[in-house]
Amino acid sequence: MTTIEKTKVAPTGKTYHDDLAIVREELDKCMKCGNCMSVCPVYSAEKLETSVTRSKIAVAEAVLNGELELDDPQVYDMLFNCLVCKSCMTGCPTKVDFGRIIVALRAALVRKNGLPWLKKMIFSTMKHPKLFDAGLRIGAAMQSLAFKSDKSGKAISPRSPFALVGGGIGFDADRQMPSLNITPLRERVPEVVNADNAWLKVAFFTGDSLNYFYPDAGMDLIEVLTANNIEIHIPKAQNCCGVPVLVHGDIETVRTLARNNIDTFDKTGCEYLITGCGSCGGAWQHDYTDILAADPVYAPRAEYWAKRTYDISTFLTRVITLRQPKGRVERVVTYHDSCHLKKSMKVFVEPREILKSIPGITFKEMSAPDACCGSGGSYVLSHYETSSIIGRKKIDDINRTKADTVSVGCPACMMQLLDNVHRGGAEQDVVHYISLLAESYRKEKGVKDTA
Amino acid sequence: MLDKIIIEQLETLAGADNVLTSKVDMVAYSYDATADLPRQSPDIVVFPTSAEMVQEIINLARRNKIPIYPRGAGTNLSGGAVPLKKGIVLSFQKMDKILEVDAANLTAVVQPGVIIAALNAAVAPHGLIYPPDPGTVATATMGGSAAENSGGLRGLKYGVTKNYIMGMEVVLANGEKVRFGGKTVKNVTAYDFSNLFVGSEGTLGIITELTAKLIPAPKYRRTMMGIFKTLTDAGNAVAGIIAAHVIPATLEIMDRMTIRTVEDFAHIGLPVHAEALLLIEVDGMSEDLVHAEAEAVMQVVKDNNGDLKTAETDQERDQLWLARRNALPALASLNNTVVLEDATVPRSRITDMLIACEAIGKKYNLTLGTFGHAGDGNLHPTILCDKHNLEEIDRVHLAVDEIFKVALSFGGTLSGEHGIGVAKMKYLGDELGQSGLNLMRSIKESLDPEYILNPGKMVPVREN
Repeated sequence: MTTIEKTKVAPTGKTYHDDLAIVREELDKCMKCGNCMSVCPVYSAEKLETSVTRSKIAVAEAVLNGELELDDPQVYDMLFNCLVCKSCMTGCPTKVDFGRIIVALRAALVRKNGLPWLKKMIFSTMKHPKLFDAGLRIGAAMQSLAFKSDKSGKAISPRSPFALVGGGIGFDADRQMPSLNITPLRERVPEVVNADNAWLKVAFFTGDSLNYFYPDAGMDLIEVLTANNIEIHIPKAQNCCGVPVLVHGDIETVRTLARNNIDTFDKTGCEYLITGCGSCGGAWQHDYTDILAADPVYAPRAEYWAKRTYDISTFLTRVITLRQPKGRVERVVTYHDSCHLKKSMKVFVEPREILKSIPGITFKEMSAPDACCGSGGSYVLSHYETSSIIGRKKIDDINRTKADTVSVGCPACMMQLLDNVHRGGAEQDVVHYISLLAESYRKEKGVKDTA
Repeated sequence: MLDKIIIEQLETLAGADNVLTSKVDMVAYSYDATADLPRQSPDIVVFPTSAEMVQEIINLARRNKIPIYPRGAGTNLSGGAVPLKKGIVLSFQKMDKILEVDAANLTAVVQPGVIIAALNAAVAPHGLIYPPDPGTVATATMGGSAAENSGGLRGLKYGVTKNYIMGMEVVLANGEKVRFGGKTVKNVTAYDFSNLFVGSEGTLGIITELTAKLIPAPKYRRTMMGIFKTLTDAGNAVAGIIAAHVIPATLEIMDRMTIRTVEDFAHIGLPVHAEALLLIEVDGMSEDLVHAEAEAVMQVVKDNNGDLKTAETDQERDQLWLARRNALPALASLNNTVVLEDATVPRSRITDMLIACEAIGKKYNLTLGTFGHAGDGNLHPTILCDKHNLEEIDRVHLAVDEIFKVALSFGGTLSGEHGIGVAKMKYLGDELGQSGLNLMRSIKESLDPEYILNPGKMVPVREN
């Protein structure tokens, strides 16, 4: 049987993002065996047939057969009650590509109904990086009105009147989020960061989360590359990877974002593109080649970068030989497999290799390390209750390891884990795994760590 | 459509949170895992949270002659959970508590919505297992698998679900709740009700609690693969293993078509010129005994011209199991529809049955591969077809008719583990005869005279 993966462009010249009928054959592959029930985080939290993948496929079939209307509000709710974590694809005996199906369905919804005004406003801003940047800055300025900082100033939680209004989406007073009120990563560094005896240059796609929410982790990534004598290009004109928009079906915005990112990175002259986020890396490796498949100019460029995109852990351990860390990091560390890092980029061995190579770290594997944490980008906002049930399971697994540090390779998971770790009461450190490597390098140089 | 008043009554007695009625929700409960069956949306889905609630729902349904379709996880393979005549789907996903694990009596008491794997996880710390292991252990419920009397890969040595259900609480169509059986190993009080309701496919009563038997987990195991140049050699090896008085936990067979498809699919180095593969696993509590059994099995394989592969480590065991685990996914990748049958023959007729299945596939020009549980004679002739090609689907139906006919002619049975449901109801008379059908109907009508429980399954509805 043919798959969507192979026939990205239909004879009509359209991709599955533009014509839902293209996924029909992919839907046909689903046997309704229900294996997805054993891995779907939403199903495990809600225990409803409508939560799980096979029912979404049945509903898509009913839509294509004219038995259900795509813009039925119930269809809408059901299709958006999915984290797009792709867990269902790991256990599927017939390898149904639900990651592509769900995007095609949401794109069809947007084509038919348009975007809700709030999403429209946010997504259109994203196409204009300067405007988006300004928006987040205003957010940062307003932040102190609505949120109060914790002692470290790195995490914030809502002040009471906002907590009251936001309670339904999890913005209650216990909610912990990373602070916005810090200088973004791309403003902290020049566009080219030189390294001593540089023997290779790479481009760093920061993504919005590392840029705005976790710039310290971004700085750690840069520090690690520099310590390995690698020159880093961090073009300021880069914008959001587009995944948050893609999963909401606003394909034209993603295409704009993707083309701009491709143009921007083409100009660096680099042959390696490094990411520190599974969603961003997955976008470059898979999503851009899909959405631009019918674009004669950009399709080959997207293919070019897809083959040259590496998660930082893969780059350090598979492309170059990592300079062995020598500074002791006395921590008991566990590692959470981010869905997009493991299920999209297939990266799960490399971060563990890095962590285990750091002197002083005791590595403790949690049970089901690749079970979704429940973040799903904006899913945590739109479905806070389900997301929290999923998050609590993750926290239970983390607590059982007795680790003092939870490491992870994706900023969206860091946000979700920060909130849930706080609620779980154990207060482990939640860090990007690259920060632990940076910490070791710093200790080696005798620099006192402030993290 | 159900009357609005009925919906309101159901909402009142179950709570609005436990009732679904939207069109989208109904589509989600219109199917189970059975291929080649039309879908049917119910009128309403209700999630009971207690046996008393089930009683009230049944009373309401009976008074208003509304069909009730009990549903576990909806993973069965004979259409058992499809609400053919609309009405109420009773989904047990919210009654999912393990009520007790009693290590002293080797029993567990569970609600029907407990997932089989969850029960096994709960009893593992006691060194115990619940042995029935259908392919759906990670998703199927205890209630659903009891109602369907599921089998699995360990059936030969450890039996099937009916061997592990010691007692039940059941709500009958008349609204009464009965309890029978329990924790005692011996129990000959009254009829053997457990064995009546296990495998009754929801047509006689609604299971609301189960007492399951547990056994100590085997401590040692050895895994081997035998590769054969002829089906006869493979069949003789199966017979030879039993003749050597070894009862393996697993004794699985794959035919040539399945071997080749798996190899094309997974590239795991299978011998594509072989006519048959046997996957054999022996287990037990004593290392010496397991070792001796493995030696005996290896000798039988060699005596029947088989090439041997053995696993010394867990990793090597996984490697041997890869072929079997990939059998269904690999076959399924060939087309969009998988018609998976479970015709079963006496063990001594395994070779004949494999040859017959291959011939039937050729006769009807269909893609057909057979794998399955050679040790207990339970084969899975699997036809890969295109559901949009109606002419081909007609040929599939003819081939399936013939497979069952052959199985019965070998002294076999229509279903080893999937059940009758909708899919095989029309063949029942061929196996049971008119007197058997009459007996089925007598039992059905004495317990559910108005056919409100899972109507259209197993026992044809009497048209008045």
